[in-house]
Amino acid sequence: MLKIEGLTAEVEGKQILKGIDLEVPVGEVHAIMGPNGSGKSTLSYVLSGREGYEITGGSVTFAGQDLLALEPEERAASGLFLAFQYPVELPGVGNALFLRTALNAVRKARGEPELDAMQFLKVARERLKALQIGEDMLKRGVNVGFSGGEKKRNEVLQMALLQPKLAILDETDSGLDIDALKIVSDGVNALRGPGFSALVITHYQRLLDYIVPDRVHVLMGGRIVQSGGPELAKQLEAEGYASVQAAA
Amino acid sequence: MPAVTETIDTVQSVTEGTYKWGFETEIEMEFAPKGLNEDIVRFISKKKNEPQWLLDWRLKAFAIWQKMEEPRWPAVTYPPIDYQDAYYYAAPANKVKPKSLDEVDPELLRTYAKLGIPLKEQAILAGVEGAGDVPAEGGRMPIAVDAVFDSVSVATSYKERLGKEGIIFCAISEAVEKYPDLVRQYLGTVVPQGDNFYAALNSAVFTDGSFVYIPKGVRCPMELSTYFRINAKSTGQFERTLIIADEGSTVSYLEGCTAPMRDENQLHAAVVELVALDDARIKYSTVQNWYPGDAEGKGGIYNFVTKRAQCRGKRSKVSWTQVETGSAITWKYPSCVLLGDDSVGEFYSVAITNNRQQADTGTKMIHVGKRTTSTIVSKGISAGRGQNTYRGLVRVAPTASNARNFTQCDSLLIGDQCGAHTVPYIENRCMTAKTEHEATTSRIAEDQLFYCRQRGLSEEDAVGLIVNGFCREVLKELPMEFAVEAQKLLQISLEGSVG
Repeated sequence: MLKIEGLTAEVEGKQILKGIDLEVPVGEVHAIMGPNGSGKSTLSYVLSGREGYEITGGSVTFAGQDLLALEPEERAASGLFLAFQYPVELPGVGNALFLRTALNAVRKARGEPELDAMQFLKVARERLKALQIGEDMLKRGVNVGFSGGEKKRNEVLQMALLQPKLAILDETDSGLDIDALKIVSDGVNALRGPGFSALVITHYQRLLDYIVPDRVHVLMGGRIVQSGGPELAKQLEAEGYASVQAAA
Repeated sequence: MPAVTETIDTVQSVTEGTYKWGFETEIEMEFAPKGLNEDIVRFISKKKNEPQWLLDWRLKAFAIWQKMEEPRWPAVTYPPIDYQDAYYYAAPANKVKPKSLDEVDPELLRTYAKLGIPLKEQAILAGVEGAGDVPAEGGRMPIAVDAVFDSVSVATSYKERLGKEGIIFCAISEAVEKYPDLVRQYLGTVVPQGDNFYAALNSAVFTDGSFVYIPKGVRCPMELSTYFRINAKSTGQFERTLIIADEGSTVSYLEGCTAPMRDENQLHAAVVELVALDDARIKYSTVQNWYPGDAEGKGGIYNFVTKRAQCRGKRSKVSWTQVETGSAITWKYPSCVLLGDDSVGEFYSVAITNNRQQADTGTKMIHVGKRTTSTIVSKGISAGRGQNTYRGLVRVAPTASNARNFTQCDSLLIGDQCGAHTVPYIENRCMTAKTEHEATTSRIAEDQLFYCRQRGLSEEDAVGLIVNGFCREVLKELPMEFAVEAQKLLQISLEGSVG
């Protein structure tokens, strides 16, 4: 599904990613863990195509395409979804309108018919119910006045609607209480299956109790320094990143 | 394709291609001689078979205008206008005045069809005729249209249907002929001839525009609208609109406007007067889409307009809603003079300036009556090298005890070469009155754009969505079908403003 080879990238002239090699096969969930400043968020922004991140080397193949050649909206249309660490507020833009516009943009790019307001509402209600999110979420402005937990739930709602092939969750667990964490994790787990892959980026092991990954990678100093099964996350939690650093 | 041709095509598609109403109608026209003098004023008056009192009224206005100077206080710049280098009257050359749509020049009908303006009355469903609301085919409310082409009204729809309710909706020149007493009673009582430079010019040479009279207690059963089209070269449009809502009546009126793309600047100096008597309500909505000029600021309409309402009656209410996307320069301040006790004035505005457009727009709320209230919500959007100024006056007379005003001015900047300015004046001479003013300035942030694009929206759709969100409080005041139009227009106006 996703294949990263020798990826290097700079932000404002400073090299952050120093040669990343990573492969996420179809249907697998991989976790990327690492201390602050290791390049976790940079990796998620480089993959989703944010401006200001200069790619200096390497390649990324996503669903058979050269991902780095695509505009951000083309990446979204081909099935890449980024759940933001800090979801952005759009004042005056109704959440329902935003979600429908996004869904229709992606459907149009896939050659599927667009949904009208009524059809959309039906689909959205199903997803809301499954995620145990109240319907008033649709009526509010996009993320405006949302609590931290509500913002993250809104991200998961969008993911459930857009049904991506690959979801990148950028520190989705930060700022979540245990109930919200469970709702978010259930949302991700519900999508798990043969057509869905995920890259779960997190600082703590806690989230991985709920979203159990197939593989865990440790990102430090812009490189993947160690990979392993779910037990690696537990080891990190117990021994800290210093142990990995020493080993590397 | 050779690179040069490709470049030209690309540039064209970015600059000109975005103004979709810029075509020209080829039709035989009749002009007044170029220039402006007393003879031209007499020419126009004669063309319209006007009574002597109106000719005298025009000549007085012309004499006043000659002594006046163009206002220099607006925050806009443009080269001097040569008022002698323009036509003040241009009309499709009809041998006989068309009595029905069938007699109107087919070329004109095609023009309006192309602009999407319905001139034909939709069939009214059997059985519901005479009911308060008249749903047309497809369940939509019909809209009565007065179509003004350069200097004359070419057609007005639903006149008979409205006539059954005693409503008068016609071209103002027709009103002068058929209802001279009504016109004479109200014309110039809200905006006098000498009010300002452009109002004086308009009073001297105004050609057509709409006249509306809603009788006592009548609720107008459909939206009334006027569609203004400037077509002829080197021609100014000087329309005059007069709306009178008698006691307890209600009316919603819309206006729209477009013009062909030309390298020259064309002057549009209109006057709109509204009169609301006791308990009357007037809602006046504008979607202004005159040709804004090209990306370099060449061509475009100078939109120098005086719009004012008098809430003469107790508990009367006037609401202005404007979406200003076009014109090279916009200079307009739709205002309310709140004379009647408990009368209400509202002003909701969205003004966009992109490329080299300049707008100096706002409102005046003059509180005279007791417990009068006014609300001002202004949203200014600047992109490209556009300059956008909100200029507003809230004046409370000593008589306006317990008057209230709330003003909110928000500016949104796109890019780093545009400007937003807010110039509010508050003159409060009443101890018990309260005025409030809030203002914000913001930018479309990179993270907002990226967030939308990550969800699959193109950059331009993202800007459109964010701008529409910014303007929501104003857009929701527009009649439903206009709101959809306006949303699309906002997006089109901003094409090429990012990236």
